[in-house]
Amino acid sequence: MDAADCPTRTGRRFQLSLLLAGLVLVQVWITASAAAADYVPIAASMFSSVMANDAAINTNVGLTQVAAFSIRQTPVTNGEYLAFAKRHRTWLRDKVPRVFADRGYLARWSTATTLGEDAGPNQPVTNVSWFAAQAFCESENARLPTWLEWELVAAADAQVKDARADPAWRAGILKWYSQSSAGALPNVGGPTNAYGVRNMHGLIWEWVDDFNALLVSSDSRKQGDPDKLQFCGAGAISLKDRDNYAVLMRIALLSSLSAIDSTRNLGFRCVRPLANTTFTEASK
Amino acid sequence: MNSTHLCDIQHHRCVSTAQRLAALCFLGIIHVAHAAEIAPADTIPPTVSRKLPGDSVYQLSVPLVDQAAREFSLDRFRGKPLLVTMFYSHCPFVCPRIVESLKKTEAALPIAVRNKVPVLMVSFDIARDDPTALKALAVERHIDTNVWTLARSDAAHTRKLAAILGIQYRELGGGDFNHTSVLLLLDRDGRIVGKTFEIGGIDPAFVKLVAKTTARD
Repeated sequence: MDAADCPTRTGRRFQLSLLLAGLVLVQVWITASAAAADYVPIAASMFSSVMANDAAINTNVGLTQVAAFSIRQTPVTNGEYLAFAKRHRTWLRDKVPRVFADRGYLARWSTATTLGEDAGPNQPVTNVSWFAAQAFCESENARLPTWLEWELVAAADAQVKDARADPAWRAGILKWYSQSSAGALPNVGGPTNAYGVRNMHGLIWEWVDDFNALLVSSDSRKQGDPDKLQFCGAGAISLKDRDNYAVLMRIALLSSLSAIDSTRNLGFRCVRPLANTTFTEASK
Repeated sequence: MNSTHLCDIQHHRCVSTAQRLAALCFLGIIHVAHAAEIAPADTIPPTVSRKLPGDSVYQLSVPLVDQAAREFSLDRFRGKPLLVTMFYSHCPFVCPRIVESLKKTEAALPIAVRNKVPVLMVSFDIARDDPTALKALAVERHIDTNVWTLARSDAAHTRKLAAILGIQYRELGGGDFNHTSVLLLLDRDGRIVGKTFEIGGIDPAFVKLVAKTTARD
């Protein structure tokens, strides 16, 4: 072997210090980006999901255990998403592989790296695919909430953690569904719900981690249909609370999506698992 | 990379272990970056490749373990067409039919390509479908593991793989899953070129497509 191929000791020391300096920078950067978003802790709960027969262990009839987690207080904004995409450039609009996002990806932005008039920095980011949302959450050591986690936090109104039986809660959500989605989105923020979380309703639709696990449309329509062979254990899913249109519409929308889809009103927030504590039923 | 290792061995007396590790680590980074620039297209890992089509499933990095407990990445199959499906081995009814469909599809191919199209079956059941269970299924179903690979990943990557293949699945409790049963055909670059929901029987159009794609690629 030629001696010129080998680094000298001085060269090695120089490389070592470069490496250490790099590591320090990465550490600083990780700390800074992790501190950016507010996450609200949600205690482990027993919860009555509209989805019956859930995978989680049902210890009490009709109740599902949801392990403790923390959830972003507000949905991810355009400003936050732009900062992420600039750090992870494969998620810029002109770089993203088509297999991860459709042509509508970040369509509200004026260019690949500027937000423009239709996408304020404090408005929730929308037109993001499920893959893009997952990648953002992973960048802050988080993931998308499962349907159960999202449903648990979304069940609250300003006063109680489970307001789903309250006609006023249902009416408020249905009224928002009926509004036109043509205009600009408001900024994130506003009043907190009983968990201290904002914008669970009335601002955007949100991705969940297991959007492709809901299966509701296929299953309830295709009973007895030859197509049911597509599904192992078909017919096993049913909905427990068929009158809760406010929640069921979310499931209907999510289960109709594919992972690369993006729509003008579909954004996301992230969650992080927390160490488990005892499970208590969400109070009404 | 060889020169790096040789070099390090020759100089091991004059540097501490920590220094060696750090230097190796650093040089490794340089070498990886360098390799990405000069490697021919078919050996570039998809995560760094610019040449991989944007609509290739191999854009997604998926760590897998097979029935022989070998670790590999999904993009190992790049370069040849691939039949891929997702399943779980404890499924009493549909999953045996998925295996039958795959076998019938293979048997219906022209002799030149028969039993040469790799098959990948990835389990939803990360808790129970360990390499031992996958091996047992291969034996029970008379699966030729020279051509077929049975595998599983972790929870997050299983969800992503299903998402990219357009497969829905839900754990029902009691070890059962509700899932889309579909066979997909990927071309040599990992693009989804066809799929069939015909499970148990055989889909002639799909067989034709597999034959055509295999002959071309």
